[in-house]
Amino acid sequence: MSTDNFNQYTTEEFETATRAVLGDIKATVEPNFGELGIVCDRSDIVAICKIVKQDPGISMEYLRSISVVDWVEHMEVVYHLSSIKHMNRIVIKVVIPLEDLKIDSVITVWSGADWHEREGHDLFGVEFIGHPDMSPLILYEGFEGFPGRKSFEIPVQETFYGD
Amino acid sequence: MAIEPGSLSDPSNSKDRLTLPEEAKGVWSDIKENRKSGISGVVTLKSEELFAMARKSSLWPLTFGLACCAIEMISTYMPNHDFDRFGVVTWPSPRQSDVMIVAGTVVKKMAEPIKLLYEQMASPKWVIAMGSCATCGGPYTRSYSVVMGVDQIIPVDVYVPGCPPRPEALLGGVMELQDIIQNEPRKKRGL
Ligand code: SF4
Repeated sequence: MSTDNFNQYTTEEFETATRAVLGDIKATVEPNFGELGIVCDRSDIVAICKIVKQDPGISMEYLRSISVVDWVEHMEVVYHLSSIKHMNRIVIKVVIPLEDLKIDSVITVWSGADWHEREGHDLFGVEFIGHPDMSPLILYEGFEGFPGRKSFEIPVQETFYGD
Repeated sequence: MAIEPGSLSDPSNSKDRLTLPEEAKGVWSDIKENRKSGISGVVTLKSEELFAMARKSSLWPLTFGLACCAIEMISTYMPNHDFDRFGVVTWPSPRQSDVMIVAGTVVKKMAEPIKLLYEQMASPKWVIAMGSCATCGGPYTRSYSVVMGVDQIIPVDVYVPGCPPRPEALLGGVMELQDIIQNEPRKKRGL
């Protein structure tokens, strides 16, 4: 690996650089446990993802995971990103209200988002707008409810064949 | 002791077979008796029992694993424990398999394919439920996605408990299954 495209930032430098590329998008940026946390509105998520992936100084080419957190009052979608080039990590958090569990899909940015988003849909019922196929990934067709949610009640075990 | 040619086919002449003790009904004691009386190389047994011997000595399990227990099953096939010495050879198609080793957690989404695979296997067929998950749901009791034991969808012959069972336990399970297969003809006759 040539050393000139390997750029190990300090935390402060990385924070400043990220803030600069985000420009006038409304988002809070602060370092948190060695990762850079970005909290933004859900309308900006695809724009921010595109920027942090495509900017050569940030270059978040690897989507580690998308998780959904049930905070009871609201839900939160969390994107974990890594840069293999710069050895840096970013966590983007988006709060979505319970009444309207919708967020834009980032499958156009990272195609690896496919299964993560389907899993989020399976377990929490979050709808990822723009995802081509939202059929159940882990659960079977016809499953009732969203087992990832705190409010989910575990059903009494039924048997397949009579007693 | 000299054996006259044709003496075996004449029931009145085959003294050795008629004087077998009542309790020595098993195949192996038959062989022993025959050895003692010098008729070596000749085994007298019912065809059903012969087939049972053949079946139990070449059990071909269907190759598939569902969860962590599969790792123990795989290591049972490896040279240290050597499943092959029991005639157990994995086979990747249900059509030619005799035994299904259900190694791991049976989730509800997997229940249908397992049932289908079981129905594709040719009779006679047997099932070993390996691990607590396959016997009763194990650590996933009260889960929304796990079948509480594979016996809820297909009939099971041998249960091997443990989480996961050691390879020795699986070997024990297979030997148990071999006993079951050997005794099947006699069970059928109500003995
Ligand atoms: S019984 Fe234990 S080791 Fe086996 S599949 Fe279940 S959890 Fe895994």
